Amino acid sequence: MKKKHLQRLDLIFKNEHDTEAILEKTFKRSNDDVINDLISSGLKGRGGAGFPTGLKWKLASEEETEVKYVICNADEGEPGTFKDREILSSVPHKVLAGMAVCARIIGAKKGFIYLRGEYLFLKPQLLEAIDKFHSLLDEMKVDFRVEIFLGSGAYICGEESALFESMEGKRGEPRNKPPFPTAQGYKDKPTVINNVETLAHTYSIFKYGPEKFRDLGIQDSRGSKVFSVSGDTPVPGIYELEFGMSLQKFVDDFADGDAKAVQVGGASGFCVPRKRFDKTVIGYQGKLRGTSLPTGGSMMIFNSSRSMYNVLHNYLDFFVEESCGQCTPCRVGTQQLLLGVEAVKKGEQPSSYLDKLMDLAEAMRITAKCGLGQSVANSFSSIVENFKEEMIY
Amino acid sequence: MAEKINLKIDNIAVNIDEGSTILEAAQKINIRIPTLCYHEDLCVAGNCRVCMVEQVGSDRLIPSCAMPVSEGMEIMTNSLKVRSARKQVVELLVSEHRAECTRCYKNGKCELQDLSSEYIVGENGYIDLIPLKGYSIDNFSPSIIKDDSKCIRCQRCVRTCNELQNIGALSVAYKGEHMKISSFYEKPMYEVVCTNCGQCINRCPTGALTEKTYFDEVWSALNSEKKHVVVQTAPAVRIALGEALGMPVGEIVTGKLVAALRRLGFNSVLDTDFTADLTIIEEGNELLQRLKKVLVDGDTSVKLPLTTSCSPGWVKFIEHAFPEYLENVSTAKSPQQMFGALAKTFYAKKIGVEPENMVSISVMPCTAKKYEADRPEMRSSGYKDVDYVLTTRELALMIKQAGIDFSSLPDDEYDSIMGESSGAAVIFGATGGVMEAALRTAYEVVTGREVPFKNLNITAVRGMEDVKEATIKIENVLPEWSFLEGAELKTCVAHGLSNAKKVMEAVRDGKAEYHFIEIMACPGGCLGGGGQPIPTSLAIRKQRSKAIYEEDSLKPIRKSHENPEVIHIYEEFLKEPLGEKSHELLHTHYTKRNRY
Ligand SMILES: Cc1cc2nc3c(=O)[nH]c(=O)nc-3n(C[C@H](O)[C@H](O)[C@H](O)COP(=O)(O)O)c2cc1C
Ligand code: SF4
Ligand code: SF4
Ligand code: SF4
Ligand code: SF4
Ligand code: FES
Repeated sequence: MKKKHLQRLDLIFKNEHDTEAILEKTFKRSNDDVINDLISSGLKGRGGAGFPTGLKWKLASEEETEVKYVICNADEGEPGTFKDREILSSVPHKVLAGMAVCARIIGAKKGFIYLRGEYLFLKPQLLEAIDKFHSLLDEMKVDFRVEIFLGSGAYICGEESALFESMEGKRGEPRNKPPFPTAQGYKDKPTVINNVETLAHTYSIFKYGPEKFRDLGIQDSRGSKVFSVSGDTPVPGIYELEFGMSLQKFVDDFADGDAKAVQVGGASGFCVPRKRFDKTVIGYQGKLRGTSLPTGGSMMIFNSSRSMYNVLHNYLDFFVEESCGQCTPCRVGTQQLLLGVEAVKKGEQPSSYLDKLMDLAEAMRITAKCGLGQSVANSFSSIVENFKEEMIY
Repeated sequence: MAEKINLKIDNIAVNIDEGSTILEAAQKINIRIPTLCYHEDLCVAGNCRVCMVEQVGSDRLIPSCAMPVSEGMEIMTNSLKVRSARKQVVELLVSEHRAECTRCYKNGKCELQDLSSEYIVGENGYIDLIPLKGYSIDNFSPSIIKDDSKCIRCQRCVRTCNELQNIGALSVAYKGEHMKISSFYEKPMYEVVCTNCGQCINRCPTGALTEKTYFDEVWSALNSEKKHVVVQTAPAVRIALGEALGMPVGEIVTGKLVAALRRLGFNSVLDTDFTADLTIIEEGNELLQRLKKVLVDGDTSVKLPLTTSCSPGWVKFIEHAFPEYLENVSTAKSPQQMFGALAKTFYAKKIGVEPENMVSISVMPCTAKKYEADRPEMRSSGYKDVDYVLTTRELALMIKQAGIDFSSLPDDEYDSIMGESSGAAVIFGATGGVMEAALRTAYEVVTGREVPFKNLNITAVRGMEDVKEATIKIENVLPEWSFLEGAELKTCVAHGLSNAKKVMEAVRDGKAEYHFIEIMACPGGCLGGGGQPIPTSLAIRKQRSKAIYEEDSLKPIRKSHENPEVIHIYEEFLKEPLGEKSHELLHTHYTKRNRY
């Protein structure tokens, strides 16, 4: 029997060039109309906490400040994800168009693409796209300019407020919130910061209308999403899929037939064990808890040959290094989690020490300053809970 | 007027200005929320996470120091969730800490210790990270010890050094597990732009930043038969020492200070205030001489504005940051160093002690004074002019060690020859004080009349404003000062090095024309010095300032040039201001330094 495959979508990467038409069309409409379209499309951020994009633009548009900014977050630091790189190299004009509409709505004259340092090789072609885009804006007499800012290489600089700090020449440390970026972002001015993919989606929404986007996906998770599939899969790569699929379907399509767990959302995401594949739906609702995690779209498949202890150890190593180190729960907590699981594995601590570590992860979730420290508990707790024996023996 | 916000904290209603934080709202109704990274002199960091509270209806806890109040908010500061999270945070901090309180200088005065005494961590804490990671202690500086193993990464020091002082000697380096407080390329503190001001020490909640202590050296000098130990006390010590010994803020304890020093065994108990008066004579004359050279002789090699030189933190700052202005700094030594040079010459001879048998100690509100005493220039007597510098805090500790019940001590008086002082010297301890003292004297020298202010109080240069300016019109001068007739003497006063930088930039950019600038490295002046009792806050500094001006107003002599011992030392020893002996003992020069 032939398996019925998940439908591969081709919205984002579709080769279409309608920037001028889209700008003309949206500029003719009132800001409220355009924002309402975005809101009714159901588009949510594809880089972070899944904040409704229309609402974000609306908040920034309501700020009464002369200077505002639009920033495209292309820091893409989550290991195993490279979807933003693909989008920027194949359809940069869609991202730029989204930025221009956003700038128009909120009243910004300046935009930035915060480009991950490792993506330096993309810069020449991006500059070319920006040049073309600027000429079009000049023709249309639109006062908006986009610049590239090259990131410094720290994962934490993808967090929006750390990103602003880094752009301001300071150390990349997340700020307190509030104030939120829409009120005080880059240089303390109202700023809309969106992920590359989010901006590319706005292009489709402006072109095809909000209904078409809304028709895809389910409930709170609308539209399509670009996934980076990696791990124990015969077909690693980038796939645009509809939100709302069950994880079982995903595994059937992409795994090697022996999947024991899937890490959804990378190091900051959740580990789903085989027994929960069919109960897990991929989308904002599919998360086990309503925490903010960088929804980089990473799907990492582990088959039965993998040690989940090693998987967890790798994630913790990553956090121990990539925590900015400013807040206690994250700086010290990540080290304690790592040393703690090692001690249990070596028999230096009793298995009950894992319970203390679970409490610690929970404390980190509710006390850490930014999404990084808050989401360590996601992978930690889901792996320890579901693969406890592997942690001990 | 700000809008008012209504909220409930632990079921108690609070009404507070919009923009206030939850922490401030809690303080208003006397609910104490523990804090570590928060300091009221500094911007909010929100990184220690001990001040977390629960907002009803929200899953995660929120940092009370950083979260603004909002209408209808319901906050719980003592729920199970809050208590257990706080305890975990304390446990984590302790696991990263070389907790050895019984050996620690901050024992009993440490915010982490206080907190851990409330949230008993016990034995089942986390894995001790210190043995795994190692640590380093920088004790090469004559003023400051930086012990990374006691650091909780609250960044209070970094914010102090960058915001309050605008020096940038301390910064955060590395990330994750390696994140630490560091200096330029991790060089030792004495090699970088650190001014030794000690403001970071005053705000460090733990024993990670402390002054280098010298009380052991002082005790052994006191216990040595052969040595004659002379002590001098700075103006700002007498209004703050009480704080460190359980007395209220702003208590004047001059008499008890003298009595305690005698009880400790100092052979001569003398006063830096005496040389503060002397500084005014030397520096005031230097100002008048420079004005004359510029205005009458047209001598372009003479630099104006003249700046004060009594704050060693400021001196080191200008050596690093504005070396092209070193000739603008008064060549007059600070009162401490004038005292030291005179102690081992004039005073030693007077009392018949060989200078090599004299040990010269100073008690200072300042950590930079330790560094100043170590400068190679400060050996005019042929010996180290000041052997050891103690902070107010160290002296308080010595008094405790000696079992002296400070508050019940009867008042005593300084020894003579170098123990008399005027009110003008006392106010050296507050920002604007040197300016006021100098004006009281210079104006009178030039006009033959007292400064035209009620009770001699030049209020324009008093107070905690960042930068103060005052212009004094000079009229009806004495014949020999006729060139100053009608002149307007433009003065400026700044405290804290970020303000000093602002003033110097304005001078450099030609945006300000001053004749005389007073700069103190520390907020509030010496009364807020890096060696003063901890804690510090604007309210505390204002209390201390009040005490200083009160001490001034009570002094029978209010002007430096009327100090009889000062008059006497000129007659007998120095002969004249800026004279040969002065140049030998009381003046110095400065050195250009690197910019990192
Ligand atoms: C540790 C951390 C790393 C992040 N890295 C990225 C990133 O690389 N790219 C990105 O778009 N968002 C990243 N985010 C999320 C951003 O803070 C921000 O929410 C997002 O850019 C908003 O865009 P969106 O609303 O379009 O998702 C990160 C968040 C955290 C906490
Ligand atoms: S949670 Fe981690 S990354 Fe975020 S601010 Fe705290 S230490 Fe930095
Ligand atoms: S710094 Fe504080 S907690 Fe640490 S050893 Fe010293 S007194 Fe104890
Ligand atoms: S002593 Fe002063 S200059 Fe030196 S590090 Fe501390 S605050 Fe900065
Ligand atoms: S040295 Fe002191 S003030 Fe600075 S971060 Fe460490 S504990 Fe905080
Ligand atoms: S005091 Fe609020 S986070 Fe440190």
